[in-house]
Amino acid sequence: MNRYPLWKNLLIGLVLLWGLIYTLPNFYGEVPAVQVSSGKATLKLDAGTTQKRVDEILAAAGIQHDGLFSDFNSVRARFRDTDTQLKAKDAIEKGFNPDAADPSYVVALNLLSASPQWLTSIGALPMYLGLDLRGGVHFLLQVDMKGAVTKRLDSTTGDLRTLLRDKNVRHAGITREGQTVVIKFRDAEAQSRARAVITASSNDLQLTEGQDGADFKITATLNPLAQKSIQEFALKQNITTLHNRINELGVAEPVIQQQGIDRIVVQLPGVQDVAKAKDILGRTATLEIRMVEDAPGALEAAMNGAIPPGTEIYNDREGRPLLVKKQVVLTGERLTDAQPGFDGQTHEAAVHLTLDSAGARIFKDVTRENVNKRMAILLIEKGKGEVVTAPVIRGEIGGGRVQISGRMSSEEATDTALLLRAGSLAAPMEIIEERTIGPSLGAENISKGFHSTLWGFVAIGIFMCAYYMLFGLVSVLALASNLLLLIALLSLLQATLTLPGIAAIALTLGMAIDANVLINERIREELRNGSSPQAAISAGYDRAFDTILDSNVTTLIAGVALLVFGSGPVRGFAVVHCLGILTSMFSAILVSRGLVNLIYGKKRKLDKLAIGQVWKPGN
Amino acid sequence: MEFFRIRKDIPFMKHALVFNVISLVTFLLAVFFLVTKGLHFSVEFTGGTLMEVSYAEAPNLEKLRESLAKDGYQDAQVQNFGSARDVLIRLPNREGMETGKVSEKVMANLATIEGPKAEMRRVEFVGPQVGKELASDGAMALLLVIGGIVAYLAMRFEWRFAVSAIIANLHDVIIILGFFALFQWEFSLPVLAATLAVLGYSVNESVVVFDRVRETFKKKRGLSTPEVLDHAITSTISRTIITHGSTQIMVLSMLLFGGETLYYFSLALTIGICFGIYSSVLVASPLVMWLGVSQEQFMQVKKEKEEAVV
Repeated sequence: MNRYPLWKNLLIGLVLLWGLIYTLPNFYGEVPAVQVSSGKATLKLDAGTTQKRVDEILAAAGIQHDGLFSDFNSVRARFRDTDTQLKAKDAIEKGFNPDAADPSYVVALNLLSASPQWLTSIGALPMYLGLDLRGGVHFLLQVDMKGAVTKRLDSTTGDLRTLLRDKNVRHAGITREGQTVVIKFRDAEAQSRARAVITASSNDLQLTEGQDGADFKITATLNPLAQKSIQEFALKQNITTLHNRINELGVAEPVIQQQGIDRIVVQLPGVQDVAKAKDILGRTATLEIRMVEDAPGALEAAMNGAIPPGTEIYNDREGRPLLVKKQVVLTGERLTDAQPGFDGQTHEAAVHLTLDSAGARIFKDVTRENVNKRMAILLIEKGKGEVVTAPVIRGEIGGGRVQISGRMSSEEATDTALLLRAGSLAAPMEIIEERTIGPSLGAENISKGFHSTLWGFVAIGIFMCAYYMLFGLVSVLALASNLLLLIALLSLLQATLTLPGIAAIALTLGMAIDANVLINERIREELRNGSSPQAAISAGYDRAFDTILDSNVTTLIAGVALLVFGSGPVRGFAVVHCLGILTSMFSAILVSRGLVNLIYGKKRKLDKLAIGQVWKPGN
Repeated sequence: MEFFRIRKDIPFMKHALVFNVISLVTFLLAVFFLVTKGLHFSVEFTGGTLMEVSYAEAPNLEKLRESLAKDGYQDAQVQNFGSARDVLIRLPNREGMETGKVSEKVMANLATIEGPKAEMRRVEFVGPQVGKELASDGAMALLLVIGGIVAYLAMRFEWRFAVSAIIANLHDVIIILGFFALFQWEFSLPVLAATLAVLGYSVNESVVVFDRVRETFKKKRGLSTPEVLDHAITSTISRTIITHGSTQIMVLSMLLFGGETLYYFSLALTIGICFGIYSSVLVASPLVMWLGVSQEQFMQVKKEKEEAVV
C-alpha cells in the first residue's frame, strides 16, 4: 500500500528536475559585460546590425569576447575579466559615440550570468537581486497632480477668454480660483449665451451657474474624465522624460515604473553618485520655436565664421547645420500636447501639436507674417540645443493646432511627438523616498543572508537525522528539495530577492520542517499504538495531511495580507514567504512520501522502521 | 532518541485559571509599556533621513555632532552602529527644508571634518507622506490577517476555536510589541513583517492542537471536555516543542549571522516563537473550554456550521 503509481513518481522526478535546471544559473556566478543600448528616444536599436558592429569594433581593437547576446533593446558582450571589460568599453564607446559630447548610445558596464547558452535560451536566469543586495539607488517620486491640473486650468482660462471674445460674449472677468475657473457676467442673457458657446466648444468642462450679488457667474471645473486623462498624461510624460534622462547616466538596468496613481519608482542598480542622479532627474529641458535665417549665402558665411548678428548655428538630428534666429517665438510651456498621426489630405505621417490659447494667438500672427519661410523647433537640454525639425510654413495657422509633416515615416512621427513631449516634465515631482546602498554593504548582505540560511539548515539537518534517523534524513532531503524548488520558482518568476526575502527563505525552511515533524511524530505514535510498520507509515501521512493543510493555510493568510498591504522590504519578505509555503506543501508531503515509499514500499516483511527510538509506556 | 516519555495525560486544564492569569498579567504589562513608553519607530514610519557611514578608523562622535550642529542639524542623532568605525546618523524631517537633499549636505559636512574620511554605506530618506501610509497599511494588514484566520478557522472548525485562537495569538503580538516598547528596540518594517508572520505561525500552532481536539472528540466517547483537551495537548506536545525548536534554530542562525539588518527581525521572531508555544497551547485551549466547547458540537457537524454562520 505504500507505493506510488508510476506517474506520481515520474511527476515528482520531473518537478525536481525542473527545479534543478532553473536553480542552476544561480551557481554560475556573474562575469563582467558591456551593454550597448539606445540613448535617444528617436534611435531604434537594430539588434542584428548592432551586434555585428560590436563584433567588428572588438575585433579591430584586438579584444576577445566570451559571447555576444542581444534582446530587443540592447546588445551585451561578455568578457573574461574586468580589465578586458574596461578596455572593451572604451573601444565600443569610441566606435558608437564618435562625438563624446552628444552620445547616441548608452554604453554601460554590467554583470551577466556566466551560465551556458542553453540555460539562458530556455529562460533559466539567476535570481533578480534587489538593490539592498547589489547596491544602488532607489527613489520614490511623487507627481504633483494638483499642479498638473492647475497648469491646465490656467491655459483653460486663456482659452475661454479668447473664445468669448471671438463669439462676442461680454463678460466681466475670468479668473482661476483654486481648482475652478470663474467667469462673471453683468446680465443673465450673456451668462446663458456664454454657457451655450462654452458647451459647444469643449466637453472637458463642467459648468455650474450661480449669482454673486448683482453679478451672474459661471463656475467651470474640469470633469472627472478630463482630470483623469490629464493625470494619466502627466504621469506618462514624466516617465518618458525620466527614461530619456536616465539614459545619460549609463545605467545598465534601470527600473522606472508607475506605482499607484501618482507615484514613480526609479531604481538605478550600481549607481553610487547619488548627487548626479538626483541632479539629472530634476533637470528641466525646454522646447523653443524660432525662425530660420534662410537668406541666400548667410549659412555659408556663418560656417566660415561670419555669423550674422541675432542668429546662431544649430545642428539638426542628422548633423546638418542650420542658421536660426536668436529671438524665441514660442517656448514649450505653450505646448499642451504632441501626438503622432496622419495628414488629413495627403495621408502622410504627421505630428499634431496642440498649443494653449496664448500660444495659438502668437503662432497665428507669426505664421501669417512668415509664409514660405522655415521655422525651427529646438529642444534645449543642458544648455545645448538641437533642431528637432524645421518645416516650411505653407500658410497662416490658427486655432492652436499645428501639424508638422513631410518626408517623415510614421515611426519618425511617433518619435518626434515623443521628443517634443519629453522635453519637460508635465507636472513637478518631488522625491519622497530614497534608499542608497553601497556596493560593499550589498555584498555583505548577501553573505550574511547566505550564512544564516546555511548554518540554520545544517543545524536542523543534524538534529533531524539524529532524532528521527532515516526518516529524519528523508525530512532533510524533502527540506532541501523545498529550497531547490523555491529558488527555481524565484528564478523563473524573476521576483526581486532582497535581504528580507532571504530571511523569508530561512524562516520558511524553519517552518516547513513542521510538516515533517508532524508526520514523523504521527508515525511513531501509530507504532506505539501497535500498528504494523507499513500501516503506520500510511496512517501517519494520511492523518497528518489535514493538520498540515490547516496550518499552512493560516500561515498563507498572513503571508497574503503582507503581500497585499506591504511595500518595500515587507513585500520582498511576503513574496518569498508565500511561495515558500506552497513549495513546502509539495515537498513535505509528496517528496518525502515518495522517498519513504521507495525505501520501504517494496518490503513485504518489515519489522522495524528506522525512525529512531519508539518509546512505549509499558517498557 | 525520544525526548518526551509521558505516561499519562498531563492535567493542563486543572491549572487553566493560573495560565490565564499569567497571560493576563503579561498582556497588561505589555499594554502598560506600550502606553507609557511607546514604540521606537524607525525612520520608515516617522519619516526623516537615516545614514550609515563607515570610517577607516573610529571617529570622534562628539566632533561629528558639533560639526553637524554648526550646519543647523542640532537634532541629528549620531551613534555607533555595530562597531566603533560605523556610524549611524538620524535626522528628522523638518518643515520648509528640501528634504530630498539632506543626505548630500550631510556628506559634504562630514567631508570637512578633520581626520579619517567617511564612506557612505547606506542612505534612507522617507518623506512625511510615506510614513503615515505605512502605519495605516500595517494596520490594514493586521485586520486582514485577523479576519482571514477567524473566517478560515470558523469554517474548518467552529467559531469557538477561531475566537480563542485569534485572542491567544493577538496576545502574542501585543507581548512582542510590549518588549519592543520596554527595551526601546527599533520597530522597523521587517519587524512588522516578523510580527505578522508570527501571528500566522502561532495560529498554525493552535490549529495543530485543535485538530487533535476535534479528532479526540470524535474518536473517544465518555471523556470530559478538560480531559479531551489534556489528551490533545499531551499527544502533540512532543511535536510542538520539536517544531518550535527547529524554527528557533533557524531564527537563532539569523540572529547570529544575519547582521544588524536582520537582528531585530529575528529578535521579534524569537519572542514570538517562545510566547507562541505558551499561548497557543496554554491560553487558546482554556479559552475554548471557557467558551463552552463540547462533544455534541462535533457529533452534529451540519447543525453547528449553521450556528457558526449566525
